[in-house]
Amino acid sequence: MRNKFDQELSNMHDDLISMAAMVETAISRAVEALKYRDASLAKLLQEKDHEIDQKERAIESSCLKLLLQQQPVARDLREISTALKMITDLERIGDLAEDIGEVTLFLCDTPGYHAPKQLSYMAEATIRMVRDSIDSFVAKDLKKAHSVIEYDDVVDKLFNETRSELIGRIHESITEAEQAMDSMMIAKYFERIGDHAVNISEWVEFSITGTHKNIRVI
Amino acid sequence: MSMHTKYKIQDLNLHYGTFHALKNINLELPEKEITAFIGPSGCGKSTLLKTLNRMNDLVEGCSIDGTVLLDGEDIFDRMDVNVLRRRVGMVFQKPNPFPMSIYDNIAFGPRTHGIRKKAKLDEIVEKSLRDAAIWDEVKDRLDKSALGMSGGQQQRLCIARALAIQPEVLLMDEPTSALDPISTMKVEDLVQELKREYTIVMVTHNMQQATRVSDKTAFFLLGEVVEFNETAELFSMPKDQRTENYITGRFG
Ligand SMILES: Nc1ncnc2c1ncn2[C@@H]1O[C@H](COP(=O)(O)OP(=O)(O)OP(=O)(O)O)[C@@H](O)[C@H]1O
Ligand SMILES: [Mg+2]
Repeated sequence: MRNKFDQELSNMHDDLISMAAMVETAISRAVEALKYRDASLAKLLQEKDHEIDQKERAIESSCLKLLLQQQPVARDLREISTALKMITDLERIGDLAEDIGEVTLFLCDTPGYHAPKQLSYMAEATIRMVRDSIDSFVAKDLKKAHSVIEYDDVVDKLFNETRSELIGRIHESITEAEQAMDSMMIAKYFERIGDHAVNISEWVEFSITGTHKNIRVI
Repeated sequence: MSMHTKYKIQDLNLHYGTFHALKNINLELPEKEITAFIGPSGCGKSTLLKTLNRMNDLVEGCSIDGTVLLDGEDIFDRMDVNVLRRRVGMVFQKPNPFPMSIYDNIAFGPRTHGIRKKAKLDEIVEKSLRDAAIWDEVKDRLDKSALGMSGGQQQRLCIARALAIQPEVLLMDEPTSALDPISTMKVEDLVQELKREYTIVMVTHNMQQATRVSDKTAFFLLGEVVEFNETAELFSMPKDQRTENYITGRFG
């Protein structure tokens, strides 16, 4: 039953997975650019962000079409409205990766800069959160969605560690202050990425249970 | 919002001969709210609707047990069927205008209830036809036969006829299935409007209509009520897999 509709839902899932993959790539490029002070990679992020935006538009348009044509109810309604919410967060994550690239461009010109090691861990952690949040949606896996929400603590912890590390660097040498501020901004961007992955997972929870942060939405 | 229960249906079972058409129905229909009955063809929606004003009494081989309370009074026990029908109006699945003029169709009920004054009847006829969103189309041909109207017009005439007796409850069996989108919207608006004074039960095959119009929805399947809940909840987060399958069109 409803082959065409089910096919379109499955296409929408594929699009979300590919948008998430684009966003994950952006995060790893951002951290690579930082690690190797690679200006061309940092610039590439800006070009690729445009593609993420286009993907968002495409998913938005197919969701709105499904709302119009299928007038979905029950799980279908929850899934499509969740997808609409999720892509906004995914797009914001893409922007944050681009922001990291921008700061990295400054740092590329800073001789002797080395990034705090926690920033790579933050990148790894947030990539995992983004991937798991989208996977939990497609697989309707509530446990996995919850695990993403809990994993945000790891990112917050890394953020605090980065902060202490950077304060230490400033104490050691005040000339480190400028690049420490830049590193701090990058840490903050990663921490925001984690928050967006949490948002996504909270909407996944709605799509599975009908409640968002334990409150019934409709 | 009033929380008074208008109809209380308890352990209702209905057989047509040996066929078990309604199975252990337990439902409480709140006063001045709109309840939608949904479900696949043949699942017993019309049967239950007709039971609510005892239209099945005359059906041969039909046997009913259980109780149906209207404002706490058993409709099968002490209640005079004519009193019941005055309190509970019905609009059927197929329009059934009487073979008489449009005016007389509407005035029929009020006349049997003793209203004789022309001015009063005129007023009731106009108001009922206006409320049913058909006044403009028929105001110049009130003396013409109702049988000459289109199907959609006949359906709205029947709605007007039900309104003319000012019932407390209005039972509507797919009232808009023969209507164009504009008349459908008008009837939906009307139903929402009527909710202020009437308790309404409406059978519909149109899911969107149920979500637009009703406060509560009952999903029927094979003579049973599978799920009865707030409409918004039933259509966003149904509890029973069978409800989910039906409303999302993945049924059977
Ligand atoms: N007078 C009757 N005698 C015998 N069986 C009947 C009678 N009226 C209805 N039935 C049977 O009872 C069952 C329920 O019928 P009902 O008309 O209540 O279904 P429904 O849910 O209103 O369907 P639809 O959506 O097609 O109007 C059907 O199987 C029908 O064939
Ligand atoms: Mg019917």
